[in-house]
Amino acid sequence: MTDPSAKTSPGDGGAGSPPPCGEGSGLGVAKNSVRESHPTPNPSPSRGGGAARMRGGESWRLRQGGLVDRTSAHTFSFDGRGYRGHAGDTLASALLANGVHLVGRSFKYHRPRGILTAGPEEPNALVELRSGARREPNTRATTAELYDGLEARSQNRWPSLKFDLLAVNSLASPILSAGFYYKTFMWPAALWERLYEPLIRRAAGLGRASGADDPDTYEKAFLHCDVLVVGGGAAGLMAALAAGRTGARVVLCEEDFRLGGRLIAESRVLDDQRSSDWVARIGAELAALPNVRILARTSVFGAYDHGTYAALERVNDHVATPPEHEPRQRFWHIYAKRCVLAAGAIERPLVFGDNDRPGIMLAGAVRTYINRYAVAPGRRAVVFGTTDETAQTLSDLARAGVSVEAVVDPRAEAPAGVEAAAKAAGARLVAGGAVMRATGSLHVHGVDVRTAAGETVHIACDLVCVAGGWSPSVHLASHKGARPVWSERIAGFVPDTPPAGMGVAGAANGDLGLADALAGGARLGLAAAGDAGFDGQPVELPKVDGESTGLTPLWRVKGTRGKAFVDLQNDVTDKDVALAEREGFRAVEHLKRYTTLGMATDQGKTSNVAALVLMAELTARSIPQTGSTTFRPPYAPIAIGALAGEHRARHFRPTRLPPSHRWAQEQGAVFVEAGQWLRAQWYPQAGEADWLTSVNREVRTVRERVGVCDVSTLGKIDLQGPDSAEFLERLYINGWKNLAVGKARYGLMLREDGMVMDDGTTSRLAEQRYLVTTTTANAAKVLQHMELCHQWLWPDLDVQFCSVTEQWAQFSIAGPRARDTLRKVIDGQHDISDAALPYLGAAELTAMGGVAARLFRISFSGELAYEIAVPAGHGDGLIRRLMEAGRAFGIAPYGTEALGVMRIEKGHVAGNELNGQTTARNLGLGRMMSRRKDYIGRVMADRPGLTAADRPSLAGFKPVDRDQRLRAGAHFVREGARPVLASDEGYMTSVAFSPALGHWIGLGLIAGGAARHGERVRAYDPVRHGDVLVEVCDPVFYDPAGERLRG
Amino acid sequence: MRIDCCHCGPRGNEEFVYLGDATLERPPADPAAPLDEEARTRWHDYVYLRDNPAGPHRELWQHVSGCRAWLVVTRDTRTHAILKVESARDVALARAVFGS
Repeated sequence: MTDPSAKTSPGDGGAGSPPPCGEGSGLGVAKNSVRESHPTPNPSPSRGGGAARMRGGESWRLRQGGLVDRTSAHTFSFDGRGYRGHAGDTLASALLANGVHLVGRSFKYHRPRGILTAGPEEPNALVELRSGARREPNTRATTAELYDGLEARSQNRWPSLKFDLLAVNSLASPILSAGFYYKTFMWPAALWERLYEPLIRRAAGLGRASGADDPDTYEKAFLHCDVLVVGGGAAGLMAALAAGRTGARVVLCEEDFRLGGRLIAESRVLDDQRSSDWVARIGAELAALPNVRILARTSVFGAYDHGTYAALERVNDHVATPPEHEPRQRFWHIYAKRCVLAAGAIERPLVFGDNDRPGIMLAGAVRTYINRYAVAPGRRAVVFGTTDETAQTLSDLARAGVSVEAVVDPRAEAPAGVEAAAKAAGARLVAGGAVMRATGSLHVHGVDVRTAAGETVHIACDLVCVAGGWSPSVHLASHKGARPVWSERIAGFVPDTPPAGMGVAGAANGDLGLADALAGGARLGLAAAGDAGFDGQPVELPKVDGESTGLTPLWRVKGTRGKAFVDLQNDVTDKDVALAEREGFRAVEHLKRYTTLGMATDQGKTSNVAALVLMAELTARSIPQTGSTTFRPPYAPIAIGALAGEHRARHFRPTRLPPSHRWAQEQGAVFVEAGQWLRAQWYPQAGEADWLTSVNREVRTVRERVGVCDVSTLGKIDLQGPDSAEFLERLYINGWKNLAVGKARYGLMLREDGMVMDDGTTSRLAEQRYLVTTTTANAAKVLQHMELCHQWLWPDLDVQFCSVTEQWAQFSIAGPRARDTLRKVIDGQHDISDAALPYLGAAELTAMGGVAARLFRISFSGELAYEIAVPAGHGDGLIRRLMEAGRAFGIAPYGTEALGVMRIEKGHVAGNELNGQTTARNLGLGRMMSRRKDYIGRVMADRPGLTAADRPSLAGFKPVDRDQRLRAGAHFVREGARPVLASDEGYMTSVAFSPALGHWIGLGLIAGGAARHGERVRAYDPVRHGDVLVEVCDPVFYDPAGERLRG
Repeated sequence: MRIDCCHCGPRGNEEFVYLGDATLERPPADPAAPLDEEARTRWHDYVYLRDNPAGPHRELWQHVSGCRAWLVVTRDTRTHAILKVESARDVALARAVFGS
């Protein structure tokens, strides 16, 4: 840094004057030249800048040092202006290198805000990153890795960052205090949705979502390891090294793009090496160990049961767009036998008047910017710290050429180290004093300091380094519910009993000193490997210089003027905490909800501890009595896209395709999702005006000639073993022992509570072999139910079964010419005459010249009908052969609509009637309930309530005026009764237009059911303005004698 | 959460489905016997009544995306610690033999 006095007056906002950056100050601007605005986007050489004007060079970059690659030149834009930075920068460090401190406006009061931290705990510097569909709001500038062409915008300001009209909210702060949304804007209620809410939403809030589909992809992946190390700082590196050298499988996750944690943020010496060099050496050894996997840019954000951890790897967040076939982010499920949590600690700011001004930064962050990024965040600093680390801050500032105007230490006697460092820096030491208030608006330009003697002096500065002590990152140790305990020694919460399998090392455990962190990490890493079955030698610890980590906490500077923020992200002040206390919201969880303190993207990482200590003071309770809020995953914000992974859009729930799908596509079928399946709904033909025309034609074709329908989606279960018949007896309400080989039978099964679970036909293929079919929707549920019954209820039954749904393609061939059609497909040696294969016959035979086939004479349509099954791979061939064979008879395919029409005409129940609320009796199937055996649901089905005569039961319905359309869902009320809930008698479950009858028909559940045949009731449907007089009738509308299906 | 399936070894909980209390026993059901009040109560409790214990609990899980075995998992409901995993069929067979 050049002469620190070069810029004497840090730019305050005033009338839009620039922030205290190098622009026009003669600090290297000329070389980079100010690029005046171009009328059109300029593709080169400044790609990131686009049409943006290029600002001056990195005037605040130190001449040497740091871990940025000075040979690289990244251009980027912020609010449309172009800047330069380097590989190894974050957006925050690059902005600071360009002198940009003002980066956002606050949530509620729209106050100007800068960069407080150098890490993921950042409450202020949230920006929108990228543009278009990739625009990502609320990105922390302090973690966003700089890349060439990065575009960022500030948030929550209007019309501009420097001049924000909504900053008038600050004047209205009396009504915007804690809980304001519970108190104001409440009346009149009519204005809430139309006026207040839109206004508040506009004024408050963070960034804007893009509103477009995310063009990137996300992955889920799984990792197994012996030892998971969370955090690649001093403790984490030693833990990984100690565990890695034993041969254990180690995964080391580091949130940052670079290993090292505080070791690369401070200038320390380990084994006579600079700390950043030591990190590089250890990192290289770890990388060379084949059993160690280092995941950089990876945040472990949740700890779950039994050593399960969730982590997010930002695979391609550091490039403009991910390379082809690579995900943007990867969501790791990590299964670890042992875990060493070495997540470090988060520094706390101090609470004083106007402590939110840009240029007020955490002292640790200032050291990070100096040591790691070679950026001086100011020229004239005031250090306000309660910890002995102030000495370190002073020496780093001095090395960076920053003039230190004053050191304010609230301790009456500053420690010797601080005193010596202040002297060395030539800074005035104000022991026993406090910063009362910061001055300046768009940037801090001074502080009012109260001395121990009680005087107030103003000290000009453009940087205030604040240090309030460290809060260990105990989150992962607490995700399973363990509350951390208060440590007076470090004035912070430390883990009490971490979850089984987890050890906590380093600053996360409250061991703030480097030597302790290294030793703790090495010890826990070795122990973790040992617990996982890998023994090894202790790792030799590096020699480190001593340090002092003492502190005397100062939770709040009393008697300040101006807003003293506790939570910067949510604009919660010390007065808000006091107000919450006065209004009775004293429990920490209430305090959080009432004031919003600790919410949003940072979850109070820099604010929670101070807030609850203030509450403890106000309520005269101890800190342990006050307690902490609950820690829940995720530790840091996670994009929904990362959680969804590949399960987006159609991949959210993959569709299963029946064997005839390709053929049906060729026919131009219209498809419908039926459960997990995509099925042909109908097959439109040229000239057909609407779906009803097509469906009517398909139904007529089946009734008059022959139709074919893919019914492979029905669940099929192959059941074998000597006790198969007994097993079926217990599963179904009807009997099976008298079912002969080569016969099929309809069965109905109940749940144990007496309600119908499912129905379907079961065929006896051999003495000890049955083929059970289920409905399409319940295939998986019935299989699972059978497995439970077999393994848990009746383990003594000797049966085996498995699903063969996907192994067999099955087609229904229905209509008067069904047998004629099949005759051409079934191999000639098999007799399929009515005598050989009568109604409800089942046969194993061959078709299409030797293909194994099964033929079942069953009918859902009420016509002469068969279902033919072949191995699934032959399904496509079979449908083509069937169509060919039936051409002479006028065959047509029919879809699920025609299938539905015909089953309604026949009064067969389906999913609409098997709705979980109907019993066998309600469906008119009570006579199937066997009296001579026990079966699932038998006892409960006989409960008085379920056998009552007025239970809604199945009936048919016809419109009295035959021209009227019926609607499923219409409720039945007696003629003349008022259509209110009390007079509800049931509802219509299924309707269809019957081509055979020439009018609409319906099935429904009505109180009394069969006893009401002949009565007239209203089918009342206020939602669709339906009110149709209907006649209750038998549910079998078509061929009630069943003559056709025996043809 | 991880469950150590007695056939497949430790697997993530996304492979399993939960059913519930494994200590319930289906009441004896003789279709010839009349259903008295006590039997009705037993059935009602079997179908509807569930304890909500804090502590070790025996429950039925199925390794539905694995071997499809039903398992009796003893889990501490307070900590999710899994104390024991047994094959439901083995438990049921032993119960049938010893009538416990």
